[in-house]
Amino acid sequence: MSKPDLSTSYLGIKLAHPVVASASPLSYTLDGIRRLEDAGVAAVVMYSLFEEQIEQESHALHHYLEYGTHSYAEALDYFPQPDQFNVGPHEYLELLRKAKEATQIPIMGSLNGVSSGGWIEYARMMQEAGADAIELNLYYLPTDPTLTGLEVEEMYLDVVRDVSQSVTIPIAVKVGPYFSNFTHMAARFVQAGASGLVLFNRFYQPDFDLEHLEVTPNLVLSRADELRLPLTWIAILYGRIQADFAITSGVHSHLEVLKGMMAGAKVVMMASELLKNGVERVGAILQDLQTWMQEHEYESIRQMQGSMSQKHVANPDAFERGNYMKVLRSWRPDPTGRLVK
Amino acid sequence: MRQVITVDGNEAVARVAHKLNEVIAIYPITPSSPMGEFADQWSAQGSPNLWGTVPLVQEMQSEGGAAGAVHGALQTGALTTTFTASQGLLLMIPNMYKIAGELTSTVFHIAARSIAAQGLSIFGDHSDVMATRATGWAMLFAGSVQEAQDFALIAQASTLESRIPFLHIMDGFRTSHEVMKIEALDDEDLRALVNEELIRAHRARALSPDRPVLRGTAQNPDVYFQARETVNPYYQRVPGIVQDYMNRFAERTGRQYRLFDYYGAPDAERVVVLMGSGAETAQETIEYLQAQDEKVGLVKVRLYRPFSVEAFIGALPSSVRVIAVLDRTKEPGSAGEPLYQDVVTAVAEGLSQNRPLVIGGRYGLSSKEFTPAMLIGLFEEMKKPSPKNHFTLGIHDDVSHASLPYDPNLCIEPPEVKRSVFWGLGSDGTVGANKNSIKIIGEETDFYAQGYFVYDSKKSGARTISHLRFGPKPIRSTYLIQEADFIAVHQFGFLERYNVLETAREGATLLINSPHDPAETWNHLPYEVQARIIEKKLTVYTINAYKVARDVGLGNLMNTVMQVCFFALSGVLPREEAIGKIKEAIRKTYGKRGEAVVRKNFAAVDAALAHLYPIEVPAAPTSTLRMPPVVSPQAPAFVQTVTAPMLAGKGDNLPVSALPADGTYPTGTSQWEKRNIAQEVPVWDPAVCIQCGKCVLVCPHAVIRAKVAPPEAFAQAPAGFQTAKAMWKGLEDQRYTLQVAVEDCTGCSLCVEVCPAKNKSQVGRKAINMEPQLPLRAQGREHWEFFLNLPDYPRHDSLSFSTVKNVQLLQPLFEFSGACAGCGETPYLKLLSQLFGDRCLIANATGCSSIYGGNLPTTPWTKNRAGRGPAWSNSLFEDNAEFGLGMRLTLDKQNQYARELLGQMREKLGAELVDALLQADQSDEAGIDAQRERVALLKSRLEGQEDAKAKDLLSLADVLVRKSVWIVGGDGWAYDIGFGGLDHVLASGRNVKLLVLDTEVYSNTGGQSSKATSLGAVAKFASGGKSTPKKDLGRIAMSYGYVYVAQVAMGANDAQTVKAFLEAESYPGPALIIAYSHCIAHGIDMAKGMEQQKLAAESAYWPLFRYDPRLKAQGRNPFQLDSRPPKIGFKDYALHENRYRMLRQINPQAAEQMFQAAQEAILARWRDYEQMAGVAAEEGTPQPSPSTASPATAREEV
Repeated sequence: MSKPDLSTSYLGIKLAHPVVASASPLSYTLDGIRRLEDAGVAAVVMYSLFEEQIEQESHALHHYLEYGTHSYAEALDYFPQPDQFNVGPHEYLELLRKAKEATQIPIMGSLNGVSSGGWIEYARMMQEAGADAIELNLYYLPTDPTLTGLEVEEMYLDVVRDVSQSVTIPIAVKVGPYFSNFTHMAARFVQAGASGLVLFNRFYQPDFDLEHLEVTPNLVLSRADELRLPLTWIAILYGRIQADFAITSGVHSHLEVLKGMMAGAKVVMMASELLKNGVERVGAILQDLQTWMQEHEYESIRQMQGSMSQKHVANPDAFERGNYMKVLRSWRPDPTGRLVK
Repeated sequence: MRQVITVDGNEAVARVAHKLNEVIAIYPITPSSPMGEFADQWSAQGSPNLWGTVPLVQEMQSEGGAAGAVHGALQTGALTTTFTASQGLLLMIPNMYKIAGELTSTVFHIAARSIAAQGLSIFGDHSDVMATRATGWAMLFAGSVQEAQDFALIAQASTLESRIPFLHIMDGFRTSHEVMKIEALDDEDLRALVNEELIRAHRARALSPDRPVLRGTAQNPDVYFQARETVNPYYQRVPGIVQDYMNRFAERTGRQYRLFDYYGAPDAERVVVLMGSGAETAQETIEYLQAQDEKVGLVKVRLYRPFSVEAFIGALPSSVRVIAVLDRTKEPGSAGEPLYQDVVTAVAEGLSQNRPLVIGGRYGLSSKEFTPAMLIGLFEEMKKPSPKNHFTLGIHDDVSHASLPYDPNLCIEPPEVKRSVFWGLGSDGTVGANKNSIKIIGEETDFYAQGYFVYDSKKSGARTISHLRFGPKPIRSTYLIQEADFIAVHQFGFLERYNVLETAREGATLLINSPHDPAETWNHLPYEVQARIIEKKLTVYTINAYKVARDVGLGNLMNTVMQVCFFALSGVLPREEAIGKIKEAIRKTYGKRGEAVVRKNFAAVDAALAHLYPIEVPAAPTSTLRMPPVVSPQAPAFVQTVTAPMLAGKGDNLPVSALPADGTYPTGTSQWEKRNIAQEVPVWDPAVCIQCGKCVLVCPHAVIRAKVAPPEAFAQAPAGFQTAKAMWKGLEDQRYTLQVAVEDCTGCSLCVEVCPAKNKSQVGRKAINMEPQLPLRAQGREHWEFFLNLPDYPRHDSLSFSTVKNVQLLQPLFEFSGACAGCGETPYLKLLSQLFGDRCLIANATGCSSIYGGNLPTTPWTKNRAGRGPAWSNSLFEDNAEFGLGMRLTLDKQNQYARELLGQMREKLGAELVDALLQADQSDEAGIDAQRERVALLKSRLEGQEDAKAKDLLSLADVLVRKSVWIVGGDGWAYDIGFGGLDHVLASGRNVKLLVLDTEVYSNTGGQSSKATSLGAVAKFASGGKSTPKKDLGRIAMSYGYVYVAQVAMGANDAQTVKAFLEAESYPGPALIIAYSHCIAHGIDMAKGMEQQKLAAESAYWPLFRYDPRLKAQGRNPFQLDSRPPKIGFKDYALHENRYRMLRQINPQAAEQMFQAAQEAILARWRDYEQMAGVAAEEGTPQPSPSTASPATAREEV
């Protein structure tokens, strides 16, 4: 059998195969991006430019240039005042520009934020720097009890609208699953201008350091079983929402790639596996993918995309509440009283 | 139309100097530092000079070095300049003689400043330049910012033509720091005056191996004299040349200057002569008096040297009967001050008949105010048949009775000038906003504008007073505003501390930034303020600017809000137009710092007016609040009569008799200045406290203190006074207490950051927590008072003071300094004072530590109950090590002599006592205490004895108690200007201790690079990041082999710091401690200063070590590395600091390269240190973990 066709398209961009590097420290440097390309990824989503980072950097610079100034006659200030500072996204945009020059694969910029504001202007700058698309990473941790879910949703949608109005390149929205009705929300993201949905953002969960009694920021690498959540949702949304899906969180081998495609994703996005085992894993995964497809006589990735979505499976209720009940009931006590499946 | 710019004198001069030179050697000294900073920055940015090439700017290690470098550059043909003032100029004198003797064209630009005599002063007068009169330099005095710019050019043109070097002088602060609207000179103006052929001639005179000559010979009695006289014709030509260039300048610009400019009545009988900024005020006064038909006049001296008798006489009206010459300098013991003597000579030589009477006097020393009222007083004096000669103006001299009387209430300010006074805090941005306002008005309207700023003598909680004038005619008032139309009080607390309304004219507008509701604000004003508002019929407005700023996300920066209110109320510009201009200015000033900053300031502009409210003023005061006394009635007499008026801003009124004649002041005065500047102060929680003493150790202001005392000592404790069971072995039956001086605290919160004890139910709380100060003030005062009266733990008792825990029980003899909140230097000094303060002398190099240590009105060095404490003095910047060595030499000599006398008087004084005195073991506190008792006994036996030996011994007896000499200073002193002396003193082998408070920049003058500055750090004079690594001062000192050396960082290892201080002091020879001192000039959150110190050590950027030569005798390695191998990368430490982050924002590529180079240098040095310490090689080269601290990488999804 001839080699299967691994190509796919995402946000209207043709890709050689569906394995894309997601936003991660792997793209901090030009060398890193080059290594990803050499390892064989189909595209790179660059690390995220954070709303807070842009604001904070600007404020920190301002604060420390002003701090203690004009207080004492001998030291009216403490730093030289150059004509120009590269604050905000300059470094990021420069890297993006160089990455575009140095590589052949599509490079997507990534903006991470939550509110509308001057910072989203940077989407336009990313476009000018050559980004093929923009991934908009929306992540808000509401701690204010007076803030309603609706208000949070509107905040998200405003950002998507503002960004989509400022650029002509496609936008993908990366969010978490914690919405009352994710299907509705997904539809509204698309209405607001998103061409793609990247599912899912992972929930930031700090840890406790018991020795020092401190809360420590912590983000553990994903495990393969985390794929289930996005898999479920992509399978449900496929065909209902007119957007390209990217599946992320838990893609560690060709098996997750296959599952993702079958649920209806156009691409998979990987980081944890590459951080843990090296970017060379991309080549091995693509090889395994190809072998599996050959063994199972698949001609192309496109052939399988959405094949196991809720629309296309034999038992659509497998995704729904009734099935949940069956799963729970499938546990039975064995003769010793221990619960087994 | 010529370009109009609004700049200060330093910038105006630097613009011309940078355009007209090729080589610029610089060194920071107030008030001239900004000229060097501008030049450095412009060259770093690639701004070319007039000929299209970027001037080469080189920082030197001292002004002496700068003068040498200038001399060399001139000798090899470059157009060369430098900028300096005061002691800096004095250090240049030897080279100035050479440069003039060799007829070399150059201009030095001087911001003239006082010379340190009975005390140092950074402020302006002509003492420095007058000290150089004999060097043979021409001296051209500018009186205003406009003139300073213009004369920079005229001086340059003239020096090239005349070959005589020029000092171009403006008055320090009054002109160098006054912001003024001026007409800018453009490149064509410069080209028109500077003769290119003369530049080529200058180049042709240069030393070159292609046409070798010899210059700098040694001459003998046969020819030196004649050779010295060869230059006379050159000097004779100078006045003509300068006047010629002044005329040519006038043709281009319309501004006509003369060597001596006369203003006033053509038939004036009374004429004053002066130079510099005071001449502007004099002109204003002359115009006022002329309008009243007074026959008075003024001669402004422009070219002071060479002094043209002919031109001077030519400038005088023939009608003149009395001339009063005003000198802004003092030459004690002279027949008269310099300008006076020149005028006397000129009159004697230039007028053969009708010679007027000439009198002379002094005014304006150290920026002392010089007002029209004083001049009017002088003109009154000149009416007398025998006017007083050798008078002083502007002070009350009740000792020599030299001062002239004047009416201090007389004000002649022109009515058309709008005058505004702003009271702000350094940290609130008031001055910055006012500078912006002046630019807006100066450059966007037809008004002339002037801004002058008065700063505090303290660095924390510093008060600033801005004086802004706007008017339709050029402003010549070179004195503070006397009657303001608008007064803004940006800090509500000032209303109860200062008479902020003193300068309000009747009917003026008052704007108050109030934390209270508009309806409540009136009720929170002290009675005295309310009464003045009513009496002066003020219109009052209020705004809660801090709230407006916070609400738009600007934190405490409320300056923009107050600026909008100023424009709205003052009516200088139509409101809408003003708002537009403010926004333009915000974009211009802050735009490069990022859009977020601009956006939030715009939001502040938009929100301001909606929160501005008028206050209804009742017919009579209603307040029950009264302004508190300046100092407590318990304060000693000197503090009551001298210090208190200074604190109240009334120091100008102190008579001469009030002040010590020799510059000697009492210590322990800072305790009387209750500044109440902290918004929040630490509060102790005894239930959580583990009594470790870390908070006490790190407190930069000595406001947290601990005592252990028997329970009965607390019997009379005031309500709420907290204690806990003492956690010391052997002291379990005693009580421990930790107290905070809430009125002295700066609220820096370093203590809370270092506290290791966490509340088990709320881990965010510790054993000390910050709480709002105001509600704690009254009780805190009472508790502090009680605490101070508790007994101190006896120093000679059983506890060893080698641990942080025990050190907390020692009384600090350095307290409540005016250092920056959270200062990294002062904790070391406080520790020094705790350990050795009752028997130490301190030689303090000029710099931050001499300023917070010795700047009046109040000073922090203090004494204990027994009246003992550090004796402190500051000599100069450059000679501190030598100064301290001199102290040691005296002690050693006197000790030797006292011991000899003891030996000679053994029988008479009692052999037992004498032997005990001579053989005393004073290696610990108990031994020292015992020796003190012996000395007391000795003194009692010597008392009343009449023979010379007994009298001598009595006068020297105290020296028998062990003394400790500490030589303290910053890195500018130790690494740069004082290094030669420091090296020599270390090499001397004498028992002196050198403490280097290493902030890695010249902190006191605003953060200029020193040789302690690290590779990759941005500092002034290293705008593009310092390109060479920090000098390893420790290693240099260790190379002697007999010097104790320690490198410490209190935040990294406080126990090692305490150990190093004790070892250094006990070492019977020279000892050097290099102490990492975090600094405001690093661009860090000062509350995290100790954390930064920890990171510095963990990255091995700042390895901790001790080198103790005594160990060699024990066969041990004297070098002990107290740090562990680097566990974080350089960037993990560095990128918490703006000085490094900035480089990434200025030049990301250079930053990466420099950071890489810095990392490599750190690892290389670490390997060397490991080798020195003999650490086993198999541990291998340390590799720091990858950097994770980059802001760009702080958070990421994976």
